Amino acid sequence: MNITSPLAAVGRQVLAMLALIGQVSIYAAQTVSHLLRPPFYGREFLHALVQIGWLSLPVVGMTTLFTGGALALQIYAGGARFNAEAVVPSIVAIGMVRELGPVLGGLMVAARVASSIAAEIGTMKVTEQIDALVTLSTHPMKYLTLPRVLAATLAVPVLVGVGDVIGIMGGYLVGITRLDFNAATYMKNTIDFLETFDVVSGLIKGAAFGFIVALMGCFYGMNSGRGAQGVGRATKSAVVAASVLIFAANYLLTELFFSA
Amino acid sequence: MIQLTDVHKAFGSNRVLRGVNLTIPKGTSMVIIGGSGTGKSVALKCVLGLVRPDSGTITVDGLNVEKGDRDAFLAKFGMLFQGGALFDSLPVWQNVAFRLLRGSLKRPKDEAREIAIEKLRRVGLKPDVADKYPAELSGGMQKRVGLARAIAAEPEIIFFDEPTTGLDPIMSGVINELIREIVVEMGATAMTITHDMTSVRAIADNVAMLHDGVIKWTGPVAQMDDSGDPYLDQFIHGRAEGPIEAVR
Repeated sequence: MNITSPLAAVGRQVLAMLALIGQVSIYAAQTVSHLLRPPFYGREFLHALVQIGWLSLPVVGMTTLFTGGALALQIYAGGARFNAEAVVPSIVAIGMVRELGPVLGGLMVAARVASSIAAEIGTMKVTEQIDALVTLSTHPMKYLTLPRVLAATLAVPVLVGVGDVIGIMGGYLVGITRLDFNAATYMKNTIDFLETFDVVSGLIKGAAFGFIVALMGCFYGMNSGRGAQGVGRATKSAVVAASVLIFAANYLLTELFFSA
Repeated sequence: MIQLTDVHKAFGSNRVLRGVNLTIPKGTSMVIIGGSGTGKSVALKCVLGLVRPDSGTITVDGLNVEKGDRDAFLAKFGMLFQGGALFDSLPVWQNVAFRLLRGSLKRPKDEAREIAIEKLRRVGLKPDVADKYPAELSGGMQKRVGLARAIAAEPEIIFFDEPTTGLDPIMSGVINELIREIVVEMGATAMTITHDMTSVRAIADNVAMLHDGVIKWTGPVAQMDDSGDPYLDQFIHGRAEGPIEAVR
């Protein structure tokens, strides 16, 4: 074996990664550019809005409800070490709206929606339905990608908002039933402590995560390999890429919004 | 008229088309035959612009397919895909009327549905099929729905990609007859790719044999049996021995 082989292998991986970043960036730019050019398929947009937004509500709601409850227990236990149990409502609220609501909401939508979009579009590709769209004078990016990306970008912030409320409610329920908080005091502490930008920053994160999730689903679906294995690989890659990008985007947005 | 001149296409090191020259006169039915993997589908997709050739020119009615208004160009075409390529999420009538429900050919919904049902009737399907989903149909019915979709907007040019693959002999005969009737009735230019010699004899005015990335023989279907071309002879008689290697 040549001594430079491992380096060459690393180099190939880096080049492949850079090429992928370039392809995704071009795909994202093309998607946004189609927003400004007709036609716009309203029916597909509404269908995507229901699929991505409305049908993700149960899973996002359940996730944030239990997370809010667990968060209250953890903060109470941690706060008790230095007699700061009273911060539970405030920390649950700020933790949910700034971080856990957007990130968990984004991840649950990634699991549910990115996989579904990639599998659907990937199957359409391998069964020549994408080619059929082209021959029927319909641009696949306008008909398949744009409605899904736009719907996710608009729906996920709403899901995050609902998730925030349910998550805080989870903390509230645990607070008053298990930790002996007074209900009115818990609510007052929550509302008094939160600032508008805490909520708005979470919603902006939600929009960014929604864009990422749908974009990854569409990108990997459109670039799916042949056969069941190709579609399976596209689905897995879409979920992994969407999840990693959500964490990366979350850090960058947090740095942007809250660094001193 | 469709004209391919010295068309080359490679996928990596695999040179699929190595200088295809072919002319399909207006209003005629050309069938391209050849073994699996010889580039028949690639040639067809090059004409439609679904695959971009590496070199060579393709013209339709004298216009280069890579230039001009893409929507207007595609509006001339109808295509029946090998697997039907019906949209799973749409009921049958919306598949058939897809082009009539959006874009430059858009019609009112009721009118589009009426046209779809008429086209379904034309391919031998009852109106009650209209509201079913593709997954509820048999393979033969899906092919007929695909055929109805291909002719829904009354295109000038129709492409058929392996129209009888996977069908039983009776259903293959039905599809072949339908294709022939529709092409004659509409006066459309047709380009079909197939392995099925029964289809070739039923559908074709002219035949072209594609092998090794080039057209080995082309001529009227009536002359196919007496062509004297060893490649064509081996193919149409299904012999294992001959210039075409059986193991590819």
